[in-house]
Order: sequence, then C-alpha cells, then structure tokens
Amino acid sequence: MSQLLGIPPQALFGQLLLGLINGSFYALLSLGLAVIFGMLNVVNMAHGALYMVGAFVAWLLLSYAGVGYWGALVLAPLVVGAVGLVLERTMLRRLYKVDHLYGLLLTFGLALIFEGAFRHQYGVSGQPYPIPDLLKGGTNLGFMYLPTYRGWVVAASLLVCLGTWFAIERTKLGAYLRAATENPTLVQAFGINVPVMVSLTYGFGVALAGLAGVLAAPIYQVSPLMGSNLIIVVFAVVVIGGMGSILGAIVTGLGLGLLEGLTKVVYPEASNIVVFVIMAVVLMMKPAGLFGRER
Amino acid sequence: MPDGAMTKTAQTGTAMLEIADLHGYYGESHVLHGVSLEVRQGEVVTLLGRNGAGKTSTMRAIMGIMGKRTGSIRFQGTELIGMAQHKIPRLGIGYVPEERGIFSSLSVDENLTLPPVVKEGGMTVPQIHDLFPNLKGRGSTQGTRLSGGEQQMLAIARILRTGATLILLDEPTEGLAPVIIEQIGVAVRALKARGFTIMLVEQNFRFAAIIADRHYVMEEGHVVDMIPNDQLDANMDKLHTYLGV
Repeated sequence: MSQLLGIPPQALFGQLLLGLINGSFYALLSLGLAVIFGMLNVVNMAHGALYMVGAFVAWLLLSYAGVGYWGALVLAPLVVGAVGLVLERTMLRRLYKVDHLYGLLLTFGLALIFEGAFRHQYGVSGQPYPIPDLLKGGTNLGFMYLPTYRGWVVAASLLVCLGTWFAIERTKLGAYLRAATENPTLVQAFGINVPVMVSLTYGFGVALAGLAGVLAAPIYQVSPLMGSNLIIVVFAVVVIGGMGSILGAIVTGLGLGLLEGLTKVVYPEASNIVVFVIMAVVLMMKPAGLFGRER
Repeated sequence: MPDGAMTKTAQTGTAMLEIADLHGYYGESHVLHGVSLEVRQGEVVTLLGRNGAGKTSTMRAIMGIMGKRTGSIRFQGTELIGMAQHKIPRLGIGYVPEERGIFSSLSVDENLTLPPVVKEGGMTVPQIHDLFPNLKGRGSTQGTRLSGGEQQMLAIARILRTGATLILLDEPTEGLAPVIIEQIGVAVRALKARGFTIMLVEQNFRFAAIIADRHYVMEEGHVVDMIPNDQLDANMDKLHTYLGV
C-alpha cells in the first residue's frame, strides 16, 4: 500500500495529524466560548486575544522568571482566568441587561487593546518557545512519524475537553451551571449566588483559552496576532456545532480540524475556506447548528 | 415602618412572616401599593384576588426577585429588604414559582436535588417519593418530559428536601386536571401536618377553601380583606364581589 486514492500515506497521515492538532485547539477554544455563551450570553470576541495572552504569559515566565513549560501549564491559565474575572467583574457585568451585541463589541474592543499592547511591546515577529525536554523527539508509527509533543497536545486537549464535558454534564456543580443557564433567577431563588457563578464561568472559559495558548506556544510562534488568526475559524466551529453546546464544540472542533487536514491533501486550494463552506451549508440546513437546540 | 401594628390574636403560633406597608416596583411600574399581612408558624394562608392584583408580585418581593422594594418584610424577625437575593432562601424560605421552573437540561433527579439544603430537618428522598409516588422511578427522565401535574409535584418536592420551613406556592393547581389537583391538595395537607408553613396563591377558590386557615384578599396591589376559613361561608357574597366570579 504505497498509495491511497493516489495520495502517498505519509502525506495523508501527516496532514491528518496537523488537522487533528488544529482541531484540538479549535475544540479547546470553542469549548470555552460555548461555556461562556451558554451562561453569559456573551459572544466573547476577546477569546483569541486571551489565548495569545496565555502563550505570552508562558513565554514571559520562561524568559524573565525561569519558570518552565510545566509550571506555565498551570500558572498561565490561572493568570488568564484572573484577568477574565477582573474583566467580567468590572466591565462585562454591566452589559447583561442590554442587547448581546454590546458584549460582543466590548470584548472585540478588549481584543484589539490586548493585541495592540502586545504588538507595541513585542513586535509582530514571533518569539520561539522551546519544546520541554520530556516531550522532545518522536515515534515512527510505521505509516507515519509522530512527534511526541504533537501527540501530547492532542491527548492533553482531549483530556481537558472530556473532563470539562464530564464536569458540566455529570456533576452537581455542572447541574447548577446548566440550571443557571436556563433560568438564573430561579437558581438564585434557591439560594445560589449566581453572579459569582457567572464570574467563575467566564474565568474558567478564558482559562481554557490560556491553556490552549500554552499548549500552542511550542508549535506556533508566540506572537501577538496568533489569536486573531485562529479565532475566526473557531467562531465558525462554534456556529457549526451550535451556540452553547458543549459536546457540539468538542466534536465539531476536532472534526473540522481533520476535515481541513484532509482538504489540504485532496484539494489544497480549498483548505482555507472549507470550514466556512460547511458553516454556510449547516446554517442553511440547521440554523441552530449540528448540536444546538432551537431557542 | 414599625411592625407593632400587628394586633391580630395569636392562634396557631407566633408570626413567622410579617409584611408591613410593602411597595414594589418593576422598573417604572409600581405594582405593590402597601401590602400588609402576616403568616404564623404552621399556618396555611392564601392570597386571593383577580389577575394582576399583586399576588405573584408579593411572593417575588419576598424572594427579592423585584427591582425595588420599600416597607418591611420580616421573616422570623430578620428584615429581608436589602438582603442579598441568594441569602433569602438560605433563611429557610422555599419558592415554587407559578411556571414551575423545571429545568429541561436536568434529569428529574437532578431537578429534585438541585436546591441546596439550607437547614436541617428537610424531608428525605424516600419520604418525598412516598408523598409523590408519581416521581418514583422517573429519576433519569428529562425534567420537562414529565406531565404538567408531575412537574408541579417535582417543583414542590425539590423544596421539601431543603429544610425550608416556609413554602411559597404560586398557583399549584393552574392548568391541571381535577384528579391531579386532588393529589396536590392531599400533599399540601400532608405538608401542613408535618408543620410546614405555607403561603399559597390560588385562583381555584375551592382548592384554597379545603386547605387554608386564612385568606387574604388582594386588590390593586394591596390587601383589602382577611377572612378566616371558618367564616368563609358567611363572607361568600363579599368574596364573589372581590373576585368577580
């Protein structure tokens, strides 16, 4: 089997792996967006910028504090989550009573400010971030070569996504979250402090973006624009999966990453638009998204 | 507002809930115009009145689900006006809203165990199943797949677990078949026998008459009359005028 549908298997699997890695980031980011949208009804345009901030925090920790990858993997999401808490408490909170568009505009403005500030400070050329020693090298699987770090990214994202899904769909805390998404007033009338829950949800959602940023740092360059390059596709993923659907975000993220990889092999010219073509088709057939419920 | 104005003779117990000159607003609209009433420990009290008289708004004001409130709402001596909304239920007040509020993204069991236990002495799940046998064995069903009557039972049931001692029941019989209403009535009486204090909003006058101790009649955002249940027959004509039936 040297050829599969006229494609060398090395090229096919190589691209599928790349697709799977992109898909892992799509899944992590769209998951955070879905959680935030479900609870806050805010389309968090700052998500890509906070992903970038996560990568930068990892890079800064390494460059100025000597904190390595594993430390950053814990610290950067905490920092980004804390930034999220402050943003929610001081700004977003004021917009819940007005049209959703204002939340979108505010977070879009915040994204521009974050990106502008980092670009001003660090320029647009990316900063390299080394792969941690433990994850250097790779394995020859026979049909393809698997770099260890890339395998780790896919496994780690999957684990975090499934963990989040489990926490939301199968635990008591998740039940509060789902209930408060449906009817916050009543959940509050049961004695639960919903505003605090909302803040923590936003903090958690953007912490996921920060985590994705750290995972991405050794693969892509750490650059102020890394978020805006990714976020448009991620929004398409969210729309295809269905706004606010947790499982939809995960499955669609990974699936579309793979599909993008496949397109790169079969018809490279279409690889940049395939996600948007699918989005258009899905919106025509099922406006609420593949996994979404009509509201 | 001093609450020394309460001069009613004590019957069943001490006042558990005292509302004095309560005004309430939704945004610009002034919906409660000086409500005064009291509910004593162990009593079942109904709020009667036409649509828009302020019955549901009174309950929402107690729970803090209202933009602005003035006057006084005291629960076991604690003033509720000005208190953070999520702290009010933690004093031991359970709210069963008119629309029942069963969550569709939660199973029956998740709905049942959602409200946190706020005090000791709440009912256990087996006790709740004895009271509402319809809920037994339905745990994994999606909450909103239950029938309307079962959803009403679930909405009441989930409050009983929490240890709340005062229960606000907003129109528990609305839109239900007579046989289900009878079941709910049996349950409410069983709750009274267990010592729960209940405030009930009801349009179904006959349902109210068989379970309540006293009736407050509301009109245009305030209480216009109080009728003890044993004087109900004597006051029938007056009541019919109030309710317009």
